[in-house]
Amino acid sequence: MLNAISRPAKIRIARALVIIALLIGALLPGFPVLWMLSSSFKSNMDIFAYPPALITDSFSFGAYAAVVTSPEKLRFFLNSYLVSMFVTILTLLVGILGGYSFSRYEFPLKRPLNMVIIGVQAVPPITLLIPYFSLIVFLKLHNTYAALVLTYMVFTLSYAIIMMTGYFNTLPRQLDEAVMIDGGSSFVALWRVLVPISLPGIVSVGVYTFMLAWNEFLFALTLTKTTDMRTVPVGIQLLMGQHSYEWNEMMAMSVLGCLPVLLLFLFFQRYFIAGMTAGSVKG
Amino acid sequence: MSVDGRFAANPKTNNLYRIWKRVIPYGYLSPTILLLAVLSFLPIGMVVYYSVMDNVIMNQNPVFVGAANYVKILTDGVFQTALGNTLYFTLMSVVVHLILGLTFAMLLNSKLVSPFTRSVFRVVYILPWVFTASIIAILWRLMLNPNGVINYLLEWSGLVSQKIEWLSSRQLALHAVTFINIWSGYPFYMVSLLAGLQGIPDEIYEAGTIDGANGPQLFRYVTLPQLRPIIISLAMLDFIWTMQQFTLIWMTTGGGPGRVTEMLSTFTYKLAFSTYEFSLASTSAMVILVLSMFVALFYVRRQRASDA
Repeated sequence: MLNAISRPAKIRIARALVIIALLIGALLPGFPVLWMLSSSFKSNMDIFAYPPALITDSFSFGAYAAVVTSPEKLRFFLNSYLVSMFVTILTLLVGILGGYSFSRYEFPLKRPLNMVIIGVQAVPPITLLIPYFSLIVFLKLHNTYAALVLTYMVFTLSYAIIMMTGYFNTLPRQLDEAVMIDGGSSFVALWRVLVPISLPGIVSVGVYTFMLAWNEFLFALTLTKTTDMRTVPVGIQLLMGQHSYEWNEMMAMSVLGCLPVLLLFLFFQRYFIAGMTAGSVKG
Repeated sequence: MSVDGRFAANPKTNNLYRIWKRVIPYGYLSPTILLLAVLSFLPIGMVVYYSVMDNVIMNQNPVFVGAANYVKILTDGVFQTALGNTLYFTLMSVVVHLILGLTFAMLLNSKLVSPFTRSVFRVVYILPWVFTASIIAILWRLMLNPNGVINYLLEWSGLVSQKIEWLSSRQLALHAVTFINIWSGYPFYMVSLLAGLQGIPDEIYEAGTIDGANGPQLFRYVTLPQLRPIIISLAMLDFIWTMQQFTLIWMTTGGGPGRVTEMLSTFTYKLAFSTYEFSLASTSAMVILVLSMFVALFYVRRQRASDA
């Protein structure tokens, strides 16, 4: 039967089928996200209204206003931004130095160290949590930014080093050699020459690190205690009161909470995808 | 400061220069080595130590008890339940992630659709990945609420006749949290597999078509074998990560109702920070570490093999 249909027609049918499949598939990610947005504009009374509607009579920015005028909730955002930024800066500094060493030098401990750095990524956070808790309490860092910045680096650093090593490997060694012939040290070669031209790689590692830190939950839950030190992921949980759930405010805060990552993603899509796939795809 | 240059210029310091040359790579790596020591070697040593003592942190003078904690944990009914739940949760997630990720990647890679349409859909399909686990947990608590929109849609379409308590039902909670994890994790597969698909040269497909292969045969004999290395890496990484999943469980069911969604991670966390059994918790954490390392070993081996 199909043979009776001309080839262009077949292609048109196939294209329509693919688009229909794409539209149906898009409901899986799209509908919950749409529902989150819609709920953030409702009044809390209308959250479970029957029948449910995407836009209700109570449509307003009230939940957003409630979040951004609450010093307590703004503090969650401030904490998250500060911690994520410090983690990103430190990770990049240490990662660039480490990556440079792995890329440009041969030394006896290179392979074992490399193995350790790859292996650390597989150490479960829950395994580290108990010793971290006692170390942080011992160092009197409990409930501080330093506690989070320091511990987050265990899972951001490996990735940064592996990525930076890979990136530096793509740059010709003649670049460093030219600097050294002019009497510059390897340190100068790294910061004056390699780092400026590695900016795409550094941005990619930076946004990925920021996102990991922004999303972290387990350490933030355990290593901070007071409400004013909580980050966004933990802070959202605090909105779930014992008796009343402020669903609309939780949804508004969720939208605001994913905004930094969403914006980073939209601006740096290419880098993000490169970062995401680096672990599994071999070029 | 031109340190390298200065040493090289003076032949008398040649020996010193050689030593310096040897030290340089470690110098660059010193912050890394310091951090690794403090953030992984020391804590792992501490966990091992904690796991063979009677109780720590709460107890000033802990006593060595050998393997007693391991015997206690491995024979504990709740631990075994948590282990079973974790395996179900992890295996289901990995398998469905792969199926969904590959299906979506192939749809998004279809040459029948314009590149612009594809890139719009790609952004939509990637959305779950933008959300952090605690936000995903709250969103699905809202959607899966007995009075929530999922139940409404199911009733409206006639699939169910009464409101379902997805997250507080003993029969359904484990499946519900597994579903939520599947939702949150498929974009990682999708994006990686999409990159993999784009890396397959068109010539292989053309050669296959000339040899008379149809669509499913091309998929079976070209696409799958080409993607095999990526699929294996993805599955191993996902296995390690999903096994450690804490946030989603903690913020949706907290391991309940009863223990039906208890995972190794939530079980360990509760032992430590609800009942202050830090030694038993460390023992349980050690078991998780060994399981993760076992999978990771294969992963590292593969990575190294493909590096060489």
